[in-house]
Amino acid sequence: MQDSKIESATTPADTGLAVLPDPASPLPIDDLRAATAEVVRQEQVLAALAAELPARSLLYRQEDTVAYECDGLTAYRQKPMIVALPESEEQVSAVLRVCHALQVPVVARGAGTGLSGGALPHKAGVTLSLARLNRILHVDPVARTALVECGVRNLAISDAVAPLGLYYAPDPSSQIACTIGGNVAENSGGVHCLKYGLTLHNVLRVQGFSVTGAAVEFGSLALDSPGLDLLPLVVGSEGMLAVVTRVTVRLTPKPKLARCIMASFASVEAAGDAVAGVIAAGIIPAGLELMDKPMTIAVESFVGAGYDLDAAAILLCESDGTPAEVDEEIAHMRVVLERCGATRLEVSENEAQRLRFWSGRKNAFPASGRISPDYMCMDSTIPRKRLAQMLRAIEAMESTYKLRCVNVFHAGDGNLHPLILYDANDPDQLHRCERFGADILETSIRMGGSITGEHGVGVEKLSSMCVQFSPQERAQMLGVKHAFDPQGLLNPGKSIPSLQRCAEYGRMHVHKGVLPFADLPRF
Amino acid sequence: MEAVADDTANTATDDPVVRRLADQVRTASGASSALRIRGGGTKDFYGGEPTGAPLDTSELRGISSYEPTEMVLTARAGTPLSEIEAALAEHNQHLAFEPPRFGPSGTVGGMLAAGLAGPSRAWVGGVRDFVLGASLLNGRGELLRFGGQVMKNVAGFDVSRVLAGSLGVLGVICEVSLKVPPVPARSATLRFSFDQAQAIERVQAWAGAALPVNASVWRDGTLHLRLAGAKAAVLEAVATLRRTCGAKALDDEEAAVLWGALRDQLDPFFQVPAMTAGLRLWRLSVPANSAPLALEGEMLIEWGGAQRWLRSSTAPEAVHAAATRVGGHAALFRCARRETDFLPPLSAELERLHRSLKASFDPHNVFNRGRLYSWL
Repeated sequence: MQDSKIESATTPADTGLAVLPDPASPLPIDDLRAATAEVVRQEQVLAALAAELPARSLLYRQEDTVAYECDGLTAYRQKPMIVALPESEEQVSAVLRVCHALQVPVVARGAGTGLSGGALPHKAGVTLSLARLNRILHVDPVARTALVECGVRNLAISDAVAPLGLYYAPDPSSQIACTIGGNVAENSGGVHCLKYGLTLHNVLRVQGFSVTGAAVEFGSLALDSPGLDLLPLVVGSEGMLAVVTRVTVRLTPKPKLARCIMASFASVEAAGDAVAGVIAAGIIPAGLELMDKPMTIAVESFVGAGYDLDAAAILLCESDGTPAEVDEEIAHMRVVLERCGATRLEVSENEAQRLRFWSGRKNAFPASGRISPDYMCMDSTIPRKRLAQMLRAIEAMESTYKLRCVNVFHAGDGNLHPLILYDANDPDQLHRCERFGADILETSIRMGGSITGEHGVGVEKLSSMCVQFSPQERAQMLGVKHAFDPQGLLNPGKSIPSLQRCAEYGRMHVHKGVLPFADLPRF
Repeated sequence: MEAVADDTANTATDDPVVRRLADQVRTASGASSALRIRGGGTKDFYGGEPTGAPLDTSELRGISSYEPTEMVLTARAGTPLSEIEAALAEHNQHLAFEPPRFGPSGTVGGMLAAGLAGPSRAWVGGVRDFVLGASLLNGRGELLRFGGQVMKNVAGFDVSRVLAGSLGVLGVICEVSLKVPPVPARSATLRFSFDQAQAIERVQAWAGAALPVNASVWRDGTLHLRLAGAKAAVLEAVATLRRTCGAKALDDEEAAVLWGALRDQLDPFFQVPAMTAGLRLWRLSVPANSAPLALEGEMLIEWGGAQRWLRSSTAPEAVHAAATRVGGHAALFRCARRETDFLPPLSAELERLHRSLKASFDPHNVFNRGRLYSWL
């Protein structure tokens, strides 16, 4: 991960985040007053929280809160005023009640693995770490559901129910560490979404607290609930609408067998056509992943899995189910891939071989870390048919921004993860990298896609939200936020940019002589 | 909220029908008068009594785009479902959640607003799960687009999926994008003799054993089970169930009639004659493995136990109580005269959220007053 520090990454008007001292700063006496006010405020909030939580559950010294200053997006850092680590749902409710009474911003946090800065602390806020709520409360093998606390790790659920022949299907790459509460906040995906869905499709109910600390639940153990279905609003809301403490997840019977095809293509166009061909043939693969040549070379030197280094692109196409089902599907996939011009094709004959095929894909990030001091992982979606065109566009951007980019792609979902390689110690490279990233996002929008497929908006993509949505659309989203959280205390400044911020971003674009996507094709 | 800096971008529409509807909305908003949104008018019976001046979406018609290799279809709200299903069938794709068709004029907008799904719902997902994006006119007459046309999209709040089952209370749905998966390679229907408790237990067990279960219906001691998926998986499951459970296979035509009548509620079981005061058709949505509910009347059970239809004259309080007791809820689906809310009351916190969301989307309370709840 990159290791730079941009304390003023977003405007203070939006987030209340710290900014570097302005050369034309106020008189030192004013600084002193401000610092004193901060200390007084911290003491006030701390005293109110201490009445509800044991001392071991409250961190407030800088050397303690520093561990919480960022999430997986390490380029953005901010120490919170206080970190609260409740050990029970009652304590979570109490923290919210206290913060509501004192009008203190609250930033909920799981494992802190998010990649868009969704858990970036608020300078004058409480970071609500939910990591201690980590019990699996109930597993129902017949209904195939599990009731778990929000701090349970994604993979821990699958591990716990493995003896029952079940698993929890969404598998974000951070699944060994990320929590189910964080998955709910981000509507996390993974490599099996096309067949098994996102977090939303695998969650029946979430329970937790509103901004006032009142208990609230969305969804139920039945397949639908009375009234508006607010579950899809809360799932993926990046901690902006409510604090979720319990999740009832749907469990999936473990497929008896999985086999994977590794196919090489002489051009990214041919690989893109093959992806469309698989879908057109009526096949929904369990996984359909693409790596471009630079990525393949990077991972091959890392894992030595025997990837075809001559291929312009490699597709991994997986089938799972009963042995007969898998044989049928693999045969069908093979025909389609060969018809689409696969230059080399291998089918895994055993589990070890299948895992070897996947080893490179799964290690794409660390492999990139070996070939570059830093990399920035992007996340956007486009219609599948644009895949080759997008890879060509990224190639052109490599010359424009004078940086390299390697590509992995959840091809089945049209979800791309370009990894822009740069050196964070060179401010100019970081700057070019950010512009490169924004260019990829805005190209995705122009292609009819979205600025984020699974990582969320957080603070990273606030400006790009201005491009994807109209002022009225953003105003309506802020209206939704207001309906849940009238004072804007839950994770303020994330996910939905203020209208003001977008107006500034728009002006910036116009100043450069470019209209902000006046001819944007929208659906 | 800050002033809107740019009020033209993206929201302007060239579509004369949408512009006309937006004008109608703004006029109604200005006068705080009520509008009842209406597409094909096939679901007037459902929910609270429609009130207000009609706002007709049937002219908002046509498939805007359909690309089979993207598995995405986008259609304007007034497009008849039949038109959409015919287009999908040409490419061997379908609306996997089998929305009920209460008449030939039913539209895709009505389908989304009602949020009702058919026999396969428990195994493939509901309407909401297939929504990728939607556009709607809010109470200010602004055309807003949420979601998109791609499989994965977590930019901003996912308002499009909330529209499923919203009964039009948040705005006028103008366009819908749906995920349209391929028709399974093979399906087969089996018949069993089981009592209610056995039927619920067996279907759960089969689904848990990864059999390709796709639909189930139990009534009067008979369970029908539909399997769908890869050819090999379906044939394997059929063989196993015939050997171990004495299942009888239906031929394809017989099966199509059975599931079609269930999906579209053509069976007299679902009809409530206007003359029969006191008789009501209830839809109970409960955890699938709930034990049989002790309620007077005829019961028809779908979705492996998760959706139970009750045809009964029992007092509404008793039906609501029975569903609530097992962690579900009851909805009054059809009755001779609508007197109460068709849904049970919400918790105080959820009711507050409903009111504040309604106020945000529709500040002058123009759309479908009383359709979801009498107080909304």
